[in-house]
Amino acid sequence: MQTVPFTLAGTRLDALGSGALWWEERRILCVSDLHLGKSERVARRKGTTLPPYDTRDTLLRLENDLRQTNASTVVCLGDSFDDLEAADALSDAERLWISRLQAGRQWIWIEGNHDPGPVEFGGSHLAEFPLPPLTFRHIAKPGKSGEISGHYHPKVRIQTRLRSISRPAFLFDSDRVILPAYGTYTGGLRSTDEALDGLMRNEARAIVTGQVPRLVPMPRQIKPASSSSGR
Amino acid sequence: MAQGTLPRQFHDWFASRGWRAHPHQLDMLARADDPCTLLIAPTGGGKTMAGFLPSLVDLADSPHQGLHTLYISPLKALAADIKRNLRTPVEEMGLDIRIDDRTGDTSNTRKKAQRADPPHILLTTPESLALLTSYEDAARTFKGLKRVIVDEIHALAESKRGDQLMLALARLQSLCPDLRRVGLSATVDDPEAIARLLARNPDPCNILMADPGPDPDIAMLQTEEHPPWSGGGAAYAIPAVMEQIKRHKTTLIFHNTRAQAEIFFHNLWLANEDALPIGIHHGSLDRQQREKVEAAMVRGDLRAIVCTGSLDLGIDWGDVDLVIQVGAPKNVKRLVQRIGRANHRYNAPSKALLVPANRFEVIECVAALQAVRDHDLDGDPRGPGPRDVLCQHILLAAASGPFDADDLFDEMTSAGAYADLPRSQFDACLDFCATGGYALKAYDRWQRLLQRPDGLWQLRDPRAAAQIRMNAGTIQDSDTLKVRLKRSRGGRPLGEVEEGFAASLTPGDTFLIGGQIVRYEGLREMTVEVSRNAAKKPKIATFSGTKFATSTQLSHRILKLFRQDDWPDLPQHTADWLHLQRAMSQLPSHDRLLVESFPRDGRENLCVYGFAGRNAQQTLGLLLTKRMEDLGLAPMGFVSTDYATLIWGLDAVTDPTPLFDPHVLREGVDGWLAGNALMKRSFRSAATIAGLIERNSPQGRKSGRQATFSSDILYDTLLKYDPDHLLMQITRDEAMRGLVDFSRIEEMLARIDGRIDLVRTDHVTPLSAPLFLEVGKVRVDGEAEERLLAEESERLLNDAGLSA
Repeated sequence: MQTVPFTLAGTRLDALGSGALWWEERRILCVSDLHLGKSERVARRKGTTLPPYDTRDTLLRLENDLRQTNASTVVCLGDSFDDLEAADALSDAERLWISRLQAGRQWIWIEGNHDPGPVEFGGSHLAEFPLPPLTFRHIAKPGKSGEISGHYHPKVRIQTRLRSISRPAFLFDSDRVILPAYGTYTGGLRSTDEALDGLMRNEARAIVTGQVPRLVPMPRQIKPASSSSGR
Repeated sequence: MAQGTLPRQFHDWFASRGWRAHPHQLDMLARADDPCTLLIAPTGGGKTMAGFLPSLVDLADSPHQGLHTLYISPLKALAADIKRNLRTPVEEMGLDIRIDDRTGDTSNTRKKAQRADPPHILLTTPESLALLTSYEDAARTFKGLKRVIVDEIHALAESKRGDQLMLALARLQSLCPDLRRVGLSATVDDPEAIARLLARNPDPCNILMADPGPDPDIAMLQTEEHPPWSGGGAAYAIPAVMEQIKRHKTTLIFHNTRAQAEIFFHNLWLANEDALPIGIHHGSLDRQQREKVEAAMVRGDLRAIVCTGSLDLGIDWGDVDLVIQVGAPKNVKRLVQRIGRANHRYNAPSKALLVPANRFEVIECVAALQAVRDHDLDGDPRGPGPRDVLCQHILLAAASGPFDADDLFDEMTSAGAYADLPRSQFDACLDFCATGGYALKAYDRWQRLLQRPDGLWQLRDPRAAAQIRMNAGTIQDSDTLKVRLKRSRGGRPLGEVEEGFAASLTPGDTFLIGGQIVRYEGLREMTVEVSRNAAKKPKIATFSGTKFATSTQLSHRILKLFRQDDWPDLPQHTADWLHLQRAMSQLPSHDRLLVESFPRDGRENLCVYGFAGRNAQQTLGLLLTKRMEDLGLAPMGFVSTDYATLIWGLDAVTDPTPLFDPHVLREGVDGWLAGNALMKRSFRSAATIAGLIERNSPQGRKSGRQATFSSDILYDTLLKYDPDHLLMQITRDEAMRGLVDFSRIEEMLARIDGRIDLVRTDHVTPLSAPLFLEVGKVRVDGEAEERLLAEESERLLNDAGLSA
């Protein structure tokens, strides 16, 4: 398993190419924005019937990461379900699959803006999960440190010498790490967007997901030369 | 058969203008009651009048309640133009005939009024007609309709717009069983094929051939300057073109891509010392700006218009006396039709000049001129009607009201392109529209269509009708962004560029749009903000133009030319250039395969001269890049023409033999079809047309990609979990339209029989140079991307003083 290790609040964490975060010392696997049940919600709300295989694809990848890490705890950082109704509408097979993944592990569902309430699945349901020196929550809070969050679905565009490559990515600095979205049917927000650019410190870096995860400086907004830098 | 005779009123009107009706116009009148007639006539032959004459005569003769004649053209501008032209005879003869047009530009109030109280003659486009048939009151709107005229049907027949139109006509025919159909076409190679599309299956269709008129006067432009080895701008020809503009009243200058048109216009303007009025017209320009140019053109205020295919169809441009085609006309049929734009006077030869942009195009132009002289038109036959259009039409039918599946099947198979559609395929399309058609049944509660107890199908949620209408249409626009001057306080946009092009800009970059150089300032709320810039050298706008359908027979003519020892028929510079190719490398021949390998811009290139036609070269490109990926050569992309495939990647090919092993290539066949970018592109288009991906939502077009995810994800998901899904079948069918069977590749390899010549050079060869300008590049994802990312990561971290 190729990972990119980094340190947050003195703690070693490993970014996986899949978009999951591995805290080896505590044997915690953390994933964000699974958006399980998205195709069902789209059909319910818009009438479009997308291929209904997103939930099983997301679970398949999660199962693979669990097999590789043999994690004893799983933290889902919120927006685990596309909405609470979608959670209820998962098929029996998908529910069974989740239970199977949960067997023998501690499982923590953090609430997100898409799933702001308890769901009928085993495990603990928390608004946030402090585990000093780190805290797991859905949306980053400016000014906090030692924070692991998701929500923004960050992605980066890297201009290599021959091709520009755009992929989901982790963003981290000395205060926080923001995880990319793990769910199959999820889009991304460029790291140059104000929401992310304003949140991260100047020296922030990104870890690009893929077969092998890669570390790069976080791509930023190009600011006019006249205005002074924010921090 | 007996020709029709003009009623007195019409005869007098023609006479008052000093005209006499053409024989084919009278023929059309005589056949007014036949169910279906196709008229093939050159531009300027009074084709449109021939189509309308039976309607005008009938309406003059007996008063009519409601809609009488529906006219459909591929271009909005054409509908507006015809409205203007029809009003003259109607007003001068004092006829009580109401004429109106309806396109995407028509206001909603007028559209509503038209549905409630339709004019006698309605001029519209296939998209607007499809929408009209999708309303609950369609039966009332079309009550009394007697005739439908499809103009420029040769252009519609080449695309899904034609399939959509014929399905809509099938709908109309159910509403109005006695509807007569008329098709108007420019010269085509296979009139029977178009007649089959037009007629209600199995009705017969008359084909009327008007006098084709004299052969066009067409030649290659002579210039003092030599054309370059490669390049698409044809800047060398500017002085000679300027000279031609001065000598003619109005000149149309056609380009194959918008970017080429922009560059040429810019250069022409710099050379325009006499400040002649010259305009530019292409599809990326803002509508108001296009209309301004069109109006100036109609008034005869312009001496020249630099344009692309957006000006291609039969708009009456008045006094055009010269057509210039810049860049090789890869499709002879298109060339002849374009030439038809010149000199609207019937029976006078059309005058046209070809301007090759580079030396390879000189050869293509010579071959094309031979083909025109030999009346050798080319074209690719289209297969059966595509099923994504069928799905869209089922949804539109559902939007208009509950339907019976058997009736709808009968109706749709009366469209020629769908005549042989098996019921099982129709049922699969219906199932797709109703449930998504997945192997996994997941949408019992949220079906789009439901079968009622009485057997009829209807929308589950009637509100979905609005959504379906918003997404109707078969034209695939890549996402475009408006370009505006910064601080212009909402002034009119200069035009549009593709999202991908906008994303590649950094503030300070300059590019051409609407003939002016602008500086990129930034992106704000999905608008590209720019400022005026006086720079002389812009960064070129890469928005794509029309990719021409190319022809295989031109390539045979060219291979024959290559066999000669010398080329007295070619301009000296081009003959020299071929000699140089022979000295540096070789000239391709029929029974050997020339493969060139050379570095350029940090990439390794492989150029394979198969001369097998674009579809075969495209297939070869897919197979070879798959093979190169397996061999660890890290290919990144390829582009194909009728003559060659150019592949670029990270590593050079040193031994071509393992690449062309037929057995290994055959093993790759299953794999290559699945994973490549061509398939994903076809999927995106099919999924949009079939209604799986939304083009528009009532809340307005989605901005940005944050909220959405790429259609590639849907493709990958289906490939993994439901590879035989209807949309995957459609995608394979679509992709195969641009490809060939493996057997054709095997034939080519057998012809070559292992005689492969690999030539390694230090730089680009004369013959390969033009390939770098081809549009339609196919990207290959794989090892190359991982290697580039690793390299870039290391470089960035070193620069930042960090180590990975």
